Amino acid sequence: MLIFDLFKMALRSLISHKLRTFLTALGIIIGVASVISMVSIGEGARQQTLSTISKFGTNIITIKPGQQKSRHVTTGKVDTLMLSDADFIEKHVPLITGVAAQVYRSAQLKFGNKNSNSTVRGTGKNYVRLANFEMKRGRYFNQQEIIASKRVCVLGATVVKNLFEEANPLGKTIKVDGKNFMVIGTTEPKGALSWFDPDDQIFIPVTTAQKRVFGMDHIQSIDVQAEKIEDLELIKEDIAQVLRLRHNIADGKENDFYVQNSSQWLNSWGDASKTFTYLLGGIAAISLMVGGIGIMNIMLVSVTERTREIGIRKAIGAKKREILEQFLIESVVISFLGGSVGVLLGVGISEMVSNIGGWDTIVSTQSILLAFGFSVAIGVFFGFYPANKAANMNPIEALRYE
Amino acid sequence: MIAVENLSKTYDSGTLSVSALREVSFQIEKGEFVAIMGPSGSGKSTLMNLLGCLDLPTTGSYRLEDVDIGGLKPNQLAEVRNQRIGFVFQSFNLLPRATALENTELPLLYGRVANSTDIAMQALERVGLKHRAQHKPTELSGGEKQRVAIARALVNKPAIILADEPTGNLDSVTGEEIMSLFHELNDEAVTLILVTHETEIAEQAKRIIQMKDGRIVNDQAVISC
Ligand SMILES: Nc1ncnc2c1ncn2[C@@H]1O[C@H](COP(=O)(O)OP(=O)(O)OP(=O)(O)O)[C@@H](O)[C@H]1O
Ligand SMILES: [Mg+2]
Repeated sequence: MLIFDLFKMALRSLISHKLRTFLTALGIIIGVASVISMVSIGEGARQQTLSTISKFGTNIITIKPGQQKSRHVTTGKVDTLMLSDADFIEKHVPLITGVAAQVYRSAQLKFGNKNSNSTVRGTGKNYVRLANFEMKRGRYFNQQEIIASKRVCVLGATVVKNLFEEANPLGKTIKVDGKNFMVIGTTEPKGALSWFDPDDQIFIPVTTAQKRVFGMDHIQSIDVQAEKIEDLELIKEDIAQVLRLRHNIADGKENDFYVQNSSQWLNSWGDASKTFTYLLGGIAAISLMVGGIGIMNIMLVSVTERTREIGIRKAIGAKKREILEQFLIESVVISFLGGSVGVLLGVGISEMVSNIGGWDTIVSTQSILLAFGFSVAIGVFFGFYPANKAANMNPIEALRYE
Repeated sequence: MIAVENLSKTYDSGTLSVSALREVSFQIEKGEFVAIMGPSGSGKSTLMNLLGCLDLPTTGSYRLEDVDIGGLKPNQLAEVRNQRIGFVFQSFNLLPRATALENTELPLLYGRVANSTDIAMQALERVGLKHRAQHKPTELSGGEKQRVAIARALVNKPAIILADEPTGNLDSVTGEEIMSLFHELNDEAVTLILVTHETEIAEQAKRIIQMKDGRIVNDQAVISC
């Protein structure tokens, strides 16, 4: 029999059993749709967090005063780091492309009758680059302004919104803890993490911050940018050595500073969120399995129910292969239709989640191929197996079947 | 055309084994019209299934048109069923969701015959059912169903047509219609073997084989009066 006739027959059989066809396909539809949407939600969450985090730079080493006892607890003196330490590192530690010393504190900002309580960050001229900020308007302050401790500031996007709304802040003067600062630039928004909004801060020269605003000699952290991520560990060792020397720390004594880098944190976060995606995908895969069992049930019933038909076909000369092909085409058509609808539904669900729920979702080709391929394989296998059983019967047994 | 020698069939169902056919031998020539009779359980259907290549004997040999059926593989048997044999069942055995025409066409499709629809239509015309071509079996009477089954049996121009109680499910008038169809076919030199319980039907054949307990007990020509 020609493949075209077999196809026609398969379609007719599917159409004449609409409900059964639909139920069989439903298992595949639900399975495929849930795998695709679940994985897209997990992957979206992961990517969003990773990209937000990586905006802070993955090749940055941060030096802070004191000793880190556990992940977030530091002890010891907090005034051990000096601006000169940063300058020294910049000049003498190899393989780095920038150093940014910082002091920061939250302060009251005022423009006209508008107020904002934001972070004021005193930095060197490299900070904007190291922290991956893009300038939106104006410029960042330069070395002369830092040396001269000028009262100039660059505003983050959230501050601009709070103090100026739509107006252009360039050239305006705002009050920082009562002192006048001229706005010379604004930065592009980076987007907030749940616990921290990097756009809700203003940047002023580090020297200005030390002398005129905070009244301190020391600095609170130094960011060091590595040229290549592979050099991070080497640079960390160099920094530790240089600082121990400068701080006159005797052998065997603990550092009065600690050095960490953001990529460690990024990696562990990435791993954790990948596990989350796998978990979601795993739950969805279980539903795909359940769908597969449903397909097997219905296919088995269908083939058993049609044993007599198989007997008739064999009696008038159908070969084993032709019987198999007929059922295989039916399973493939069902699985293919179900898989396609499932992909559309899955993509639709993840669109809906991102549009209505406001979550980022990423539909990966991998998950589509995986879910689709898996479901088609299930459909074909569970259609093939009982059909093969029937095709191997002798025609008389099949005809006698009630 | 048909040569059967010491044909036996034993059904094994667990501990119990039934000898449905015991060393049966006979020959049937081309163009013959043979009726097989005998009490229930005497092995008539078993013999027909073997002759129709639907089943294989336990022992013995069966030659159809000088081909040893016992030496064929399943796919070759399927080909013989498709090309050389037409089978008519007591319970019609039509595909319920296919039309009369599609049912008739099916052997041609499996035989990869060109113009299958036209040939199937001619076969339906032959059995007087051209006007019912697009009807499904559920929309046909018993006699009409059996005529579709006969059209399907003869559509591939087989060497023999085997009919196992073809009138068993029909009333006597409809049964007569079916029988006159068989007579027409036999007049055109189609070899016919049919199983029946009814003497009136058997006597329309040219030869009657009587069976009992899996053996042939009588085999003689019908003397037409
Ligand atoms: N598949 C089978 N398994 C076991 N025994 C069988 C099988 N088919 C037939 N038999 C037995 O073989 C014997 C002959 O059966 P067969 O169907 O050939 O009889 P029959 O002459 O056609 O009877 P009837 O006139 O009732 O149709 C019976 O005793 C029957 O029980
Ligand atoms: Mg019988």
